[in-house]
Amino acid sequence: MGRRRPHTTLPGRIPGRERASGVTTGTPGPGGQAEPRPAAPRDPANGDPMRRAPILRSPVAPDATPLVRIRGLRFARGDRPIFNGVDLDIHRGQVTAIMGPSGTGKTTLLKLISGQLRPDAGTVEVDGQNVHRLGRGDLYRLRTRMGMLFQSGALLTDLSVFDNVAYPLREHTRLSESMIRKLVLMKLEAVGLRGARDLMPSALSGGMARRVALARAVALDPLMILYDEPFTGQDPISMGVLVTLIRQLNDASGLSSIVVSHDVRETAAIADRLYLIANGKIMAQGTPDEIEATTSPWVHQFMHGEPDGPVHFHYPAPPLTQDFLGPSTATPGDPR
Amino acid sequence: MLEQLQLLGRGGLQAIGGLGRAHLLLAGMLLGLPQMLARPRLLLAQVFNVGVLSMLIIGVSGLFVGMVLGLQGFYVLSQFGAAQSLGVMVGASLVRELGPVVTALLVAGRAGSALTAEIGLMKATEQLSGLEMMAVDPVKRILTPRLFGGLIAMPLLAAIFSAVGVLGGWFVGVGLLGVDDGAYWSQIQAKIDFDEDVVNGVIKSIVFGFVVTWIALFQGYDATPTSEGVSRATTRTVVHSALAVLALDFVLTALMFGN
Repeated sequence: MGRRRPHTTLPGRIPGRERASGVTTGTPGPGGQAEPRPAAPRDPANGDPMRRAPILRSPVAPDATPLVRIRGLRFARGDRPIFNGVDLDIHRGQVTAIMGPSGTGKTTLLKLISGQLRPDAGTVEVDGQNVHRLGRGDLYRLRTRMGMLFQSGALLTDLSVFDNVAYPLREHTRLSESMIRKLVLMKLEAVGLRGARDLMPSALSGGMARRVALARAVALDPLMILYDEPFTGQDPISMGVLVTLIRQLNDASGLSSIVVSHDVRETAAIADRLYLIANGKIMAQGTPDEIEATTSPWVHQFMHGEPDGPVHFHYPAPPLTQDFLGPSTATPGDPR
Repeated sequence: MLEQLQLLGRGGLQAIGGLGRAHLLLAGMLLGLPQMLARPRLLLAQVFNVGVLSMLIIGVSGLFVGMVLGLQGFYVLSQFGAAQSLGVMVGASLVRELGPVVTALLVAGRAGSALTAEIGLMKATEQLSGLEMMAVDPVKRILTPRLFGGLIAMPLLAAIFSAVGVLGGWFVGVGLLGVDDGAYWSQIQAKIDFDEDVVNGVIKSIVFGFVVTWIALFQGYDATPTSEGVSRATTRTVVHSALAVLALDFVLTALMFGN
């Protein structure tokens, strides 16, 4: 499943599901309201309509009750607001992608959903339970039904690949060692690293470590998996396999997946629904086709990686000439 | 002036906050005791890491400290015609004071800094968060065995330090300076009291082991998860541990040997 393969319309897509979703977009600035945009964007390189790699989606209709229900979420780091009244639903059985520019709080959102961080206001419900009102025991019970793939892999460095994947099984089940061995080898086979079972994490590349972490995340067959930048550092072959694997795991195991990623093309290829977040709020949401069809300048710039547009590449700064030729050339903190 | 007051206030609040977090962490670690007892291998591994891996530096240091004590003690005692009492001087100094204190300082430098760096790096590389997400409490699973490992290893290391130090004093006093062999050992046997000297020394080393390991684990757990943060935390472990050991030594000595 090459990510550069020429594209066709997505097979297996359920028209009803797409229609039911309905895209909404917002614009940066106060009160940016949702506004449907019909025109399809074009690839800036060749002017062709933007399409994604074809990935089969399972014909499973989402449950009406969302698995994750976020309402009025507010969270700040110091004086810097990260989320400012976010409402978001993650439906069961779907792959939901959270995308947005760096530093907009995508990983923070995963940590809020998993109860690693506590919001300043608002509620986060997972499977009907308010995550931040649970006691430690209940939260841990809930987490046994969640898997999380960390950006760094977060493998335990003093354990081998095999023992890392076996770790949650040994901690939370009473399975025999022979059964654990079989399960671990199956999980490692799924990520293509059965042969690396005896290696230590220090001997793995970043991409391999993330694949081992994925095997560990699914070891307990969770209800939901949170992926934090799963495609970073993957070579093209591993990337293609991983993209397919996330989708297949979701469908075959009846999981729900939340994927945080910068890789627009790969993520859009497997996602049932996309949320684009920035400036502390949801800028757009909808199915990948609906998102692609919007002409919101912000969404268009983000989805096509354009350097110029509503999102500025440069951190706010005075004009360059002022820094070079202004009255004072002293920089902040300069003792002069 | 106002700025300095603000800085002072901020520093004070941070110190009190840190103290509160350290005690909360301690409570969490102590609550993990039953879980640790159910898996004694975790504890044994930490006794090995803190204790066995520190034995070389403890043994070598104890030898040289004992030799210096033998040398200095001989010169001082011989001025009063009491060179035959060298054994009790070396033994009492080591068992009561130098054994527990120097061992604690060495353990803080070797094992304490290693513990801080290990926990800090586990935090920086999201291993602790990974455990949390696997519904495993990292405080109980990772920190508690290390705390009790340090607690058990410290008195054993102090005993080794003192024993090797007594041998070092014997080597210099008896072997090189001509103190009578029988007098050296009989003075130790007659004058060093088990309850008064040995047990008090063991109590000191247990307290030091607890404090040094607690400081090391807290600094690692509370470290800013960056390379600079872990580096600063490691430095703080050594400095805070050394100060705490020396201050506690005074308090414990006053309580144990004061009138």
